[in-house]
Amino acid sequence: MAIWADKNTKVIVQGITGREGTFHAIQCREYGTQVVGGVTPGKGGTTHEGFPVFNTVGGARENAGANCSLIFVPPAFAADAIMESADAGIELIVCITEGIPVNDMIKAHDFLKKTNARRVAEQQAPSRLIGPNCPGIITPGQAKIGIMPGHIHKPGPIGIVSRSGTLTYEAVGQTRNIGQSTAVGIGGDPLPGTNFIDCLAAFQADPATEAIIMIGEIGGSAEEDAAAFVQANVTKPVVAFIAGQTAPPGRRMGHAGAIISGGKGTAAEKMAALSAAGIHVVKAPSDMGAMIEKVWRAR
Amino acid sequence: MKVHEYQAKEILRRYGVPTPRGVVVVTPDEARQAAKELGGRVVVKAQIHAGGRGKGGGVKLAKDADEAAELTKRILGMTLVTHQTGPEGRVVHKVLVEEALNIDKELYLGVTLDRRLGMNVIMASAQGGMDIEEVAAHDPNAIHREPVDSVLGVQPFQARAVAYALGLSGDPFKKCVDFVQKLMRAYIETDASLAEINPLLLTKEGDVLALDCKMNFDDNAMFRHKDVVEMRDLNEEDPLEVEASQFGLNYIKLDGNVGCMVNGAGLAMATMDIIKLAGSEPANFLDVGGGASAEQVKNAFRIILSDKNVKAILINIFGGIMRGDRIAEGVVSASREVGLPVPVVVRLEGTNVELGKQILKDSGLPLITADGMWDAAQKVVAAAQGKS
Repeated sequence: MAIWADKNTKVIVQGITGREGTFHAIQCREYGTQVVGGVTPGKGGTTHEGFPVFNTVGGARENAGANCSLIFVPPAFAADAIMESADAGIELIVCITEGIPVNDMIKAHDFLKKTNARRVAEQQAPSRLIGPNCPGIITPGQAKIGIMPGHIHKPGPIGIVSRSGTLTYEAVGQTRNIGQSTAVGIGGDPLPGTNFIDCLAAFQADPATEAIIMIGEIGGSAEEDAAAFVQANVTKPVVAFIAGQTAPPGRRMGHAGAIISGGKGTAAEKMAALSAAGIHVVKAPSDMGAMIEKVWRAR
Repeated sequence: MKVHEYQAKEILRRYGVPTPRGVVVVTPDEARQAAKELGGRVVVKAQIHAGGRGKGGGVKLAKDADEAAELTKRILGMTLVTHQTGPEGRVVHKVLVEEALNIDKELYLGVTLDRRLGMNVIMASAQGGMDIEEVAAHDPNAIHREPVDSVLGVQPFQARAVAYALGLSGDPFKKCVDFVQKLMRAYIETDASLAEINPLLLTKEGDVLALDCKMNFDDNAMFRHKDVVEMRDLNEEDPLEVEASQFGLNYIKLDGNVGCMVNGAGLAMATMDIIKLAGSEPANFLDVGGGASAEQVKNAFRIILSDKNVKAILINIFGGIMRGDRIAEGVVSASREVGLPVPVVVRLEGTNVELGKQILKDSGLPLITADGMWDAAQKVVAAAQGKS
């Protein structure tokens, strides 16, 4: 067990003939993920690095049985790629692309909401979007759907959810002795498809996950919302780290969503909310591993 | 991306949003001429990318054209310090000369993204002319919020709700409804991330105008707004940050003495945090991106070392798919080329990390290797304090 991605997940790569798409399609396949093809409009019917290429996501779903899409399409066209996947009934859409305009994402979310409502009414599975601007999702030993280095992961009981890519790797590195159930990068954008609460709920329900690390950062109020959710719904131990304790207000720290505006979204506020909800908050990013090991053993 | 008040008003006028008549000038003579054309009595406003200009002495009323010239002479070139500029302030290069209007009421109107709702939201308050964050803090009910559907746009009933919330009636009410709809169009069509009209002015004659206007834009959408990009004013940005952005580096200058070079925005913030926990202050935020090639490392070194406060540098790279030995080679060749006037601590993680550490050791350069982030932070702080 794990969340959302496992050895049965069948992945297509949107933008498979591009440089990034090609490289990571191969990397995912080498990890053992079932990469069943790719989509590049105009190149349907060809084969690229051994992957069958389709013109449309619908075609890839019908002919290759894909139920997951990994998106490497450039920012100007990425929202369209997300909507195409949702329309085709892809259950898990993982969007790596960084730099999608906010207004495009608002429209993509609207489209997802309407499409999912229709699908649920027809008793079919809705689509889940992970990202954009994220490293993807990995269930160690089963499926790597993203750009993370597969070899640092190991199957185990720790669920990891993070707004940052390299900090997810840092947490994985620090839990190398215990291992991870699933690690999800939800991305650094202001409007992520999947948020902390979605991941926390899934980890709570997942028998393979025994403790959870959540990594937040400055900007927005997703961590505060997650704190309230944990207090009411999560019985597994949770360790949290918030990046940006030293970030100046009013500046965007790399990620589009990482900004303290109007005195709101500071690390201090988030850490206080998380602590108040009974979450084990570490001040130093180097303490995530030791703390999760401690609370996991004591659970 | 930010623009000046006069540029934001230029954008508003394109969408038919009423603003006072005004001319942007760079000399006192131009100001005198502008004031004459605008009827003599004018307001002279310093153009910098920061709020609080009035309190800082950057906004003055002139009773005639000569006084407008005199005030412009005083404001141009002055270093304006406001609560948003930091103690170093900003130098004024341009002045906006605007007709003075007869103020009846000052109101507030703003549009921005609500991340929780995933929608753009109009905010309106009858308490204009003051800091809206203060209003929100002690009287949140004084702010009316109207979420706008991204596909449908602002509906007439919503624009009316805003105008009612502002306490308007009669002719000004109708003008405000029109104002809100046009402002929302300007906001959406230019991919703005903030449009703040503070104050929104109701004149004694019953007109509704944008007396001040601040607009920010979504950097990710600027590829489709060349006209807005042309409004970028490099005088308002740190020259090092501008240079870094040309190399695809995400650099933000801070006040400490430990420089840092990291891959990934989250890890870069976390590295700043751990430097502070270890007892020093970070000199910068710097994300070299996923690749961390020799060329990128070299550029990053040059940028970090241009800051004379930097006493030591921490390189923290989580190699990911890129191999540790490759990164080490990049660091070594960049170090040789740039020359290292300060100690450099390197923390590498990922494939072939042992090989990478050996390469760093064998280089003969003053590179200190570290295991894990805490070890790296302690070593770099000791080095910055001259203890290594």
